[in-house]
Amino acid sequence: MQWKKPFKKLAASLVLAVGFSSVAVSSSAEELGYPEKEELTFGFIKLTDMAPIAIAYEKGFFEDEGLYVTIEAQANWKVLLDGVIDGRLDGAHMLAGQPIAATMGFGTKADIITPFSMDLNGNGITVSNAIWEEMKPNIPKMDDGRPVHPIKADALKPVVEKYKADGKPFNMGMVFPVSTHNYELRYWLAAGGIHPGYYAPHKGDTSGQIDADALLSVTPPPQMPATLEAGTIYGYCVGEPWNQQAVFKGIGVPVVTDYEIWKDNPEKVFGITKEFAEKYPNTTVRITRALIRAAMWLDENNNANRPEAVKILSQSNYVGADYDVIANSMTGTFEYEKGDKREVPDFNVFFRYNATYPYYSDAIWYLTQMRRWGQISEDKPDEWYKELAAKVYRPDIYQAAANSLIAEKLATAEQFPDFTSEDGFRNPQTHFIDGIVYNGQKPNEYIEKFAIGLKSGQKL
Amino acid sequence: MNTTTVNTGKFYGFRLPQPSRLWLSNVTRLVALPLIGILVFLLLWSFTAQKIDTSLGKFPGPAAVMEQFEALYDEHQRSREKEQAFYERQEKRNAERVAKDPNYTPKIRAYTGKETFLDQIITSLVTVMSGFLLAVAIAIPLGIAIGLSKTLNSAINPIIQIFKPVSPLAWLPLVTMVVSALYTSPDPVVAKSFLNSLITVTLCCIWPMVINTAVGVAGIDNDLVNVSKVLRLPALRHVQKIVLPASVPMIFTGMRLSLGVAWMVLIAAEMLAQNPGLGKFVWDEFQNGSSDSLARIMTAVLVIGFIGFLLDRGMLALQKLVSWDNSASQ
Repeated sequence: MQWKKPFKKLAASLVLAVGFSSVAVSSSAEELGYPEKEELTFGFIKLTDMAPIAIAYEKGFFEDEGLYVTIEAQANWKVLLDGVIDGRLDGAHMLAGQPIAATMGFGTKADIITPFSMDLNGNGITVSNAIWEEMKPNIPKMDDGRPVHPIKADALKPVVEKYKADGKPFNMGMVFPVSTHNYELRYWLAAGGIHPGYYAPHKGDTSGQIDADALLSVTPPPQMPATLEAGTIYGYCVGEPWNQQAVFKGIGVPVVTDYEIWKDNPEKVFGITKEFAEKYPNTTVRITRALIRAAMWLDENNNANRPEAVKILSQSNYVGADYDVIANSMTGTFEYEKGDKREVPDFNVFFRYNATYPYYSDAIWYLTQMRRWGQISEDKPDEWYKELAAKVYRPDIYQAAANSLIAEKLATAEQFPDFTSEDGFRNPQTHFIDGIVYNGQKPNEYIEKFAIGLKSGQKL
Repeated sequence: MNTTTVNTGKFYGFRLPQPSRLWLSNVTRLVALPLIGILVFLLLWSFTAQKIDTSLGKFPGPAAVMEQFEALYDEHQRSREKEQAFYERQEKRNAERVAKDPNYTPKIRAYTGKETFLDQIITSLVTVMSGFLLAVAIAIPLGIAIGLSKTLNSAINPIIQIFKPVSPLAWLPLVTMVVSALYTSPDPVVAKSFLNSLITVTLCCIWPMVINTAVGVAGIDNDLVNVSKVLRLPALRHVQKIVLPASVPMIFTGMRLSLGVAWMVLIAAEMLAQNPGLGKFVWDEFQNGSSDSLARIMTAVLVIGFIGFLLDRGMLALQKLVSWDNSASQ
């Protein structure tokens, strides 16, 4: 019988005690240099988009880099963030907004960076069966009687208004104040004329419910279905498999995916502290290499490896939900109402479309939403947005990792953006549910375009 | 307490010879009745389980739990094979690196794969025993001091009374933050999560021991104290020769209470803080929401209960062994 985690360090240090003095990296080491820290612990939340971490472990990509990684599920996003900040975790699967907000000092203040963006899309908005029945009459039907997608929040608006008129709060769940899901849910609601409420951190208000039609509150992802079932919330925005779980449990109906709200939107990132990256540069690049390889594997040959990935993710130490539930979205389909399964080949993208490259413009989009909803309480010049994005998103580390993979013929240059000309800004993006175009170069101009949301000069 | 079992000497109307009657009644009491109890419980359980429909399927009955127990054991076996392969790969990698980089001292790193159910049980057991022993080391000297000195007792009693009812869930955030702040070694010997669980357990299970020890010490027969006075024993000898032997039964009663508390606290702390152990296992399964999850949680519940029972029996046996009077039972 083997003693586990809490004691392994003890065992390891006994083994190590013999030849402790000569661990220094020799000059004859390969070009990249050996990792400075070999034993690492990464945290994640039980969601399918943690897949790159699980795959890098299971497929031996971490070990190929000389990294011995322990992967630990975390209770919620706050615990995970604290774990990275206090060093209990070396790195983690994070909400894109977390490193940005931490660096900015909204919530906990800490310098966290990301050299690797983990995926595109992968979330959905689910409402309870009762709300769905009330929404249905407002949704146009196709010839076969199925609803036309994407479903806009216009269909939900009369329902919310009825609740408001009856004096009942319309509660919805999202996973964290700076989560993708918070911004996606808000984006969808606001596009349909439902006000999701403002934050006013300068007045100590971090509940985000000022002027709200729909009241959004925090629930950890795996608890969403149970909370919906209990009737505490009428709907939620969360990553997979927790929308499909609602369908399987027969307790709710996913009405829209984030792919339909903003096609190919950036999702999670891999977050580490700035201190870690500075102290262990080789390790950082090597982690990034392993993750890039895992992402490539996940999208290889038109998602051919996805069934194997689903099998790995359904293990109880990773996501742990049933194979069928995870497979629904991971293999390029999505089941809306029970039986209404539709093709969404890009429901979750891990490598295509430069999904893993940390674009500054992705970070800036999150910042624009933080400003829109009042988490950033005052106007900031465009330059401020760009500087903050450059502090958090680190394409330089990504490039070093990608270039060394190319040099070792583990990848080809065509698979990555052209690093010589890449400026870190995607071309203006058009595929939003409300038709508004996003140009990361001009964040203030973008914020002005929204009907609902704070504009320049406004302060609560 | 249990020495006088009512014995009419009748068994199904027959009059049995005395020793055999005694034996039979003992068998009934020790084996048959508990068996009947367990059987009725199992029946009730499987009957009720069928009636409860959750959104994750039916509530698991005894059969589903048995099945998961086997599945968990198989998982453990598979994990051991993976572990073997992990060490083999590591040796190979180490050898390759030494070939390239002769200055490198190979290091064997512990297996990084998932903890199986059996591993979690051992983790929990080791944690609870460490926390409990630490509490013993603090509580017993403290209890003796309080028992001996009325002044000290008056001074410390209010603090004990206030801290005693505090839930582990209230201590945990404090412990976590303080450990994170103070325990900052880059290559720690034991994991922070282990320390967090351990200290939380200690904080919660220290009180019953302090109180019982103090009461035991304070209640020593005056004759014994007088003997000590007559012999003019020095303070330490007095504690060693008179106080300790006389208060052992009470001390052990306190320890037994504390161990029960410790086990309960540990599971709660592990659930809340995601520290490795059975509590984490339960929480992970709850979050998984797979069709096996409820049966696995039920399996864990039974194991937690069974271990709690064994710990209690263990302490009782120890108490009987150490204490000369056999009044301790049940």
